[in-house]
Amino acid sequence: MSPQVATEDSAATGVREMTYLEAISDGLRTEMRRDDAVFCLGEDVGPFGGAFKVTNGFVDEFGAERCLDTPLAENSIVGVCVGAAIEGFKPVAEMQFADFISCGFDQLVNVAAKMHYRQGIAVPMVMRLPSGGGFSGGPFHSQNPEAWFAQTPGLKVVAPATAEDAKGLLISAIRDPNPVCYLEHKGLYRHVKGEVPEGEHAVPIAEARIAREGEEMTVIAYGSAVLLAERATAELDEDIEILDLRTLAPLDRDAILASARKTGKVLVAHEATQSCGIGAEVSALISQEAFEDLDAPVRRLTTPDVPIPFSPPLEQAVLPQLDDMKEACRELLAY
Amino acid sequence: MARTQLRATDGARDSSRGDHLTREDRAGLLRYMLLMRVSEERALTLYKQGKVPGSFYDGCGQEAISVGAAYVLGPRDRMCILHRDLGAHFVRGVTPDRYLANYMGRSGGVTGGKDGNMHFGDRELGCVGMVSMLPDMAQVTTGLALAFKMRREPRVAMTFFGEGSTANGQWHEAMNFAGIHRLPAVFVLENNKFAYSTPQPLEYAVDPVERARGYGFPGVSVDGNDVEAVFEAARVAAERARNGEGPTLIECHTMRMHGHGAHDDMSYVPEELFEEWGKRDPIDRYVERLTAEHGFSSDEIDEVRRGVEAEVEEAARRALDSPMPEPEMATEGVFADAWEPLGDGQAPWSHWRSEGHADGSGNGSVREAAA
Repeated sequence: MSPQVATEDSAATGVREMTYLEAISDGLRTEMRRDDAVFCLGEDVGPFGGAFKVTNGFVDEFGAERCLDTPLAENSIVGVCVGAAIEGFKPVAEMQFADFISCGFDQLVNVAAKMHYRQGIAVPMVMRLPSGGGFSGGPFHSQNPEAWFAQTPGLKVVAPATAEDAKGLLISAIRDPNPVCYLEHKGLYRHVKGEVPEGEHAVPIAEARIAREGEEMTVIAYGSAVLLAERATAELDEDIEILDLRTLAPLDRDAILASARKTGKVLVAHEATQSCGIGAEVSALISQEAFEDLDAPVRRLTTPDVPIPFSPPLEQAVLPQLDDMKEACRELLAY
Repeated sequence: MARTQLRATDGARDSSRGDHLTREDRAGLLRYMLLMRVSEERALTLYKQGKVPGSFYDGCGQEAISVGAAYVLGPRDRMCILHRDLGAHFVRGVTPDRYLANYMGRSGGVTGGKDGNMHFGDRELGCVGMVSMLPDMAQVTTGLALAFKMRREPRVAMTFFGEGSTANGQWHEAMNFAGIHRLPAVFVLENNKFAYSTPQPLEYAVDPVERARGYGFPGVSVDGNDVEAVFEAARVAAERARNGEGPTLIECHTMRMHGHGAHDDMSYVPEELFEEWGKRDPIDRYVERLTAEHGFSSDEIDEVRRGVEAEVEEAARRALDSPMPEPEMATEGVFADAWEPLGDGQAPWSHWRSEGHADGSGNGSVREAAA
């Protein structure tokens, strides 16, 4: 894990306020300028700039070869990444929506993930996965597929919640010699803004971040749930800690256990569905390693085990809402 | 069958009239085919002795394809080799002891016990090993080829697949991508008549080689039991690829003479098919050709055969001496600490020496020569 935190990086020259979406673009652009081996590919990423405009202007700066429009063929996109990575490129693939990685699942899970274990061949590649719901995307444009990949040995999974981490984790993912699933929550794209270091800024993989210090309980969250927790704690006026996992595989076990031991009460929150999700793993870890330090059972706030429905009242009924977060915190504090 | 017989006598594909192979090359082609046949026979014996966990898969009857195709490659070319293609591993420099040890799950196998049977590729010899899902490696091959194209390197990525896997959507994805970008890829289609037990009429409505045109590149059919015909088709395809003219699909007509695996009794194969293809054994035919057309004596042939048999016997001894892996290894190596380039493959074709390339047996000197 070579990357340094931005503020310690001499190449980082200053800070600029940008959205989460702009920070992703900035991270990708920074690495493509720095390293000829980095290129991006995906459906409509070329002159169109991608469905969400992450690669807007990239063709003009880097040329069509390094910002490659691909056919509508996700297994091809992932397989091409594997082959190019073996030969020294660092491909960054955009799935138009995270949901479509299901069509490239085989290449990612069977070919890429097991490559180093079986043959000692490193495949440095990044899958950018625009994930999450909240905009009536329906069952096929709203999914949070991180658990599929956190369960796959050989894949790393990151899920930034802030603009700074969106850039820093993308840069680290590109520099990592392994396949990394990079979950970028669509709901954060334009709703989250922050000061982001300019230039090279790498946030280490497998290091969680304390987003808010507190003593009474901990909300362990990632992605959109971090924002929800921040809004909830701002309204609750309670001494709540928020631990932003940032990396889901491998988990920062030390940070999870340290916060659980400190507050003794843990709510694990994520937008993905509940059963066998990241929250289940975090809960199991805490139960096993920090049982004696707990003052309450570990609770979970997640989407129930249903597909994400289309109609706004139905979608809001299943995705964790601000009131759900506040209620879950109140309940745990009162335990 | 009519097509195959027609192609087998097609003079344009009879490279014996060309000058691309020296006498030494021809001896090499025979030797590698024999090395595959004898090694697989030895492995089957080990399987029957209970020394091979899992099942056993071979390419009996298909030796001409992997040997003939791999023989055209230069050191810096790259391959994804499939499970009927042991000869290609040998051409690139894998030794039979490491193949046999891999089957037995020994530490001396190419994967050190991490994976079994034909699921291996020696990264030091420019090979990326296969997975069971077919034809996944065709997609990886397009990625390798895209890398060569982006770097403007005159290198070739080659892979194999059976006619069965042409039914899978990933085959279409790979062919389509290769066609769009005119990638330096050579796709070798081994039409061995059955996908496990499923016969061709239930595999496809149109011969898959016909589809190449739909992807914008040529498809050629050759007699897959004629090693020089395969070599010649692969030579032309690799040259096209190196010249930036794009991919080629080479369909090699052959017959899988053994079961899908050793557990398969092949009860679904009509007896006449075995009789017909038994007469067209690629090794027997090449021996006849070498003696009839290229002045090889039966003593010379016997010497090659005896040499191979001794080599395989010695290899089996080494493989059996190789210890089982330490259990601790099971949890090691999930993640890479750093990327490293693949090594270069052995390139035994005389062409790679005559053009001032290094001898094809090493890595550093070859890389320098090609750089």
